[in-house]
Amino acid sequence: MLSTEIKKRITSVVGHENFDDSKAGCLVYSYDATPQFQALPDAVVSPRNTAEIAGILKICYEYKIPVVPRGSGTNLCAGTCPTQGGIVLLFKHMNQVLEIDEENLTATVQPGVITQDLIRAVEQKSLFYPPDPSSMKISTIGGNINENSGGLRGLKYGVTRDYVMALEIVLPNGDIIRTGGKLAKDVAGYDLTRLFVGSEGTLGIITEATLKLIPMPETKKTMLALYQNLEAAAQTVSNIIAHKIIPATLEFLDQPTLEAVEEFARVGLPTNVKAVLLIEQDGSPELVEKHMLKIAEICRQNEAVSVQTAGNDSEAEALMTARRAALSALARLKPTTILEDATVPRSEIANMVKAINEIADKYKVKICTFGHAGDGNLHPTCPTDSRNSEEIERVEQAFAEIFEKAVALGGTITGEHGVGEMKAPYLELKLGSAGIEAMKAIKHSFDPHNIMNPGKIFAKESRKRVVISN
Amino acid sequence: MSAIDEKLAIQAGFRERLDENELLNCMRCGFCLPSCPTYIASGYDEAQSPRGRIALMKAVRDGMIEWDADVDRSLSLCLGCRACEPVCPAGVSYGHLLEDARDIIQQNKRTSLPEQAVRRTIFQGLFPHQDRMRSAAGLLGFYQKSGLQTIVRKVGFMKLFPGHLASMETILPPVPSKRDMNNRPESLQPIGKKTARVGFFSGCLMDTLFLETNNSTLKLLQLAGCEIVIPKNQSCCGALHGHSGEKQGSIDLAKRNIQAFEDLAVDYIITNAGGCGAYLIDYNHLLSNEPLWAERARQFSDKIKDLSEILVELNFHQRTEFQLTPQIVTYQDSCHLKNVMDTAQAPRLLLSHISGITYREMKDAGSCCGSAGIYNIVEPAMSMKILDTKMKHTKASSADTVVTANPGCLLQMKLGIEREGMSERVRAVHIADLLLEAIQWDN
Ligand SMILES: Cc1cc2nc3c(=O)[nH]c(=O)nc-3n(C[C@H](O)[C@H](O)[C@H](O)COP(=O)(O)OP(=O)(O)OC[C@H]3O[C@@H](n4cnc5c(N)ncnc54)[C@H](O)[C@@H]3O)c2cc1C
Ligand code: SF4
Ligand code: SF4
Repeated sequence: MLSTEIKKRITSVVGHENFDDSKAGCLVYSYDATPQFQALPDAVVSPRNTAEIAGILKICYEYKIPVVPRGSGTNLCAGTCPTQGGIVLLFKHMNQVLEIDEENLTATVQPGVITQDLIRAVEQKSLFYPPDPSSMKISTIGGNINENSGGLRGLKYGVTRDYVMALEIVLPNGDIIRTGGKLAKDVAGYDLTRLFVGSEGTLGIITEATLKLIPMPETKKTMLALYQNLEAAAQTVSNIIAHKIIPATLEFLDQPTLEAVEEFARVGLPTNVKAVLLIEQDGSPELVEKHMLKIAEICRQNEAVSVQTAGNDSEAEALMTARRAALSALARLKPTTILEDATVPRSEIANMVKAINEIADKYKVKICTFGHAGDGNLHPTCPTDSRNSEEIERVEQAFAEIFEKAVALGGTITGEHGVGEMKAPYLELKLGSAGIEAMKAIKHSFDPHNIMNPGKIFAKESRKRVVISN
Repeated sequence: MSAIDEKLAIQAGFRERLDENELLNCMRCGFCLPSCPTYIASGYDEAQSPRGRIALMKAVRDGMIEWDADVDRSLSLCLGCRACEPVCPAGVSYGHLLEDARDIIQQNKRTSLPEQAVRRTIFQGLFPHQDRMRSAAGLLGFYQKSGLQTIVRKVGFMKLFPGHLASMETILPPVPSKRDMNNRPESLQPIGKKTARVGFFSGCLMDTLFLETNNSTLKLLQLAGCEIVIPKNQSCCGALHGHSGEKQGSIDLAKRNIQAFEDLAVDYIITNAGGCGAYLIDYNHLLSNEPLWAERARQFSDKIKDLSEILVELNFHQRTEFQLTPQIVTYQDSCHLKNVMDTAQAPRLLLSHISGITYREMKDAGSCCGSAGIYNIVEPAMSMKILDTKMKHTKASSADTVVTANPGCLLQMKLGIEREGMSERVRAVHIADLLLEAIQWDN
């Protein structure tokens, strides 16, 4: 609980209507999309502008109150779960696209802008903002930047990081800084813009961002390749890229995922095959045509039983939308849905798929796999039940082994969902202790009192994660 | 009951009766948030979102927080429009959770004596009795007589919207005479070749205030070749009870309706009110815990179909000439028709077959108008906020005619048109009335 004095000081900054410490008000910000994590904050604060945020941070700095910035709470790493209490900071008043600059091809936005709203706004001007996490209909740009989110178009166009040009940031002590600019080149000092991308709210509050836009590709085509053999599908991914073709989208879905998605979306996805690849290419009509022909040929060479092209744009869009629902649709299978984000070099994708299946068998757990195969980024997902502690134990063992395998194949424990509190215990696996110490030093120099999203990224100790329920 | 007992009783009720699997089924992805009208209208307050409401129910159930006025507020402000369901990839049955939660709260909440009396009048004294519905003279009279007005005054409604009730009065359709209301044959023959045998669910409000619309509906069905049975012993669908936490009342009504229709050997049971239809189609869930009734309820639910859907299925739009004077027509979805009965294309298809008119879709036609049963009376502030947005989109469509498929929506759209001072230029009609008008255009 915050003392009356602190409460008074914060409300004097944001007004009573933007401060809520009711039980119900706190409860609805006690979770994000990560299963098995929930904790109540002491209050929820909704500032209206950068100056108010600076004012709040000064107070929190003085009293050492944890601050948890929160977009739409769709992260999958317990990144906004206020496990150490404190205040949750919302950006619902700061959700405007401030400018679309057609001369410099940039968009300047507030952190609370919904990703899809931005994408639509720039498309109106025939411009393109590629990072499209599956959650884009509700995720915020602030969240995307802080998780360095990827999406379905990552293979060709990269991830959020590749589109952030400039930031306005409020530091934990209340100082306001600006990094980068609408500049094609800029080497003035350390690249703080890049440092803050993916910082998971642990270094400061992002209050404005200038994002890079590109011209809208002329045309696109979408296809589905069907497989009766998982590894053959995965092998196709590496082969396509080895042929020096980079599709815009190259997604993998296995049979259980297809079944769950089709039950929800009813777009005619095949459910009688072991896996599909969802492939999209964009660009000039000639190039798209040429690449799609070649890709279809490679698919067939790799045992694809059928290759189907979407008839028109709305059919193609329906397939992409259905794919975006994959994770939530898998949640219909069992009460608890635990997913991971292991990522390997593209050439290892078939080995990783194989390993996931072997590990699932070994621990006798069901694992459904889908993901951004072209990025080497898979989401092995386990439908389970958090009330069955014996099974959860096996699930955790299986995932620990999947992480180890991914790192052994030259990969990482998380490709796009972030570390948060959930994967903190595994970070050392990837970074080693010296790597962790280097990162901690950065954290300490920005946030000496550890008020910014404490408990995230860095675990108290490296060990198997404790299941925190409530 | 003391305040503490009340909290404990509600929590115990949640623990016993709220479906834990359904609560856990929500994986908190937030995909439902952009579709929730109260989330948007509240300026993105998670407590006014489906994900937030589910979390609150679960937290009370698990004892993480107590039930209190704020939790109550969050659940009361839900429209029950169920726009969150078809967009939920995990398939969470939010409507069922809400109905159970409201029922538990209602049964255990310390309501003031006058409110108890009002509830008794409405839910036990009025709606279950079609004859009494018929004698309640007009909706306004009904508000006054039932004592609803007292509740309305208590929540400070008059203060918030001085013009609201006055506008309400002007939009009410003329009340049909009692003789008209009572003079209805129990069966009607098809006009032309017989295509189906259907039961007609007449609905309590539809068969009193909206008698004309019911007559249009029957006429359309006859023209489409339906032999129609209208059992006299049917009653109110129970939706209003169910949505207001009077579940037992709705169970009783459900059984009466199942009995009324089950031996009629009909292919379909037709409704022309999305709100009723969605409740009828859900009887199998309502009665799923009663072994003697579950199967009968399922058979009943399987037969429920909306007017638009059956007309399309019988190919009526292909066989019939529809014509109207030039005008711009738009369609406002009935939430329950769309979100629960999955009927959104059929009405649009029918309208697109009317020659002479221009059909123009308004922005967010699928989103709630804020009527939501008695919501616009008990939660006027939120309801009017949602209605204002709806009217903005209506205006932008330049529609002369706004078509709806549910009495509540019809009244609310009329209210919106009245409040915007557009009643000279714009009208709101039920789709059945418009279609019949389009058939009889020549004469
Ligand atoms: C169904 C589903 C599908 C998903 N698909 C993808 C996918 O395809 N690719 C992908 O990469 N991710 C995906 N995600 C994960 C998640 O949606 C992304 O991480 C997204 O970027 C989070 O956005 P948000 O607005 O919900 O942020 P939140 O979850 O609220 O926050 C995310 C992080 O950002 C911080 N933060 C938010 N705003 C600010 C700010 N202004 N200043 C400082 N810190 C801030 C928070 O503290 C937190 O650490 C998916 C999630 C779900 C539920
Ligand atoms: S869409 Fe479904 S699973 Fe996702 S938050 Fe909403 S109710 Fe929960
Ligand atoms: S029923 Fe309607 S108002 Fe209620 S939570 Fe669902 S979408 Fe929101």
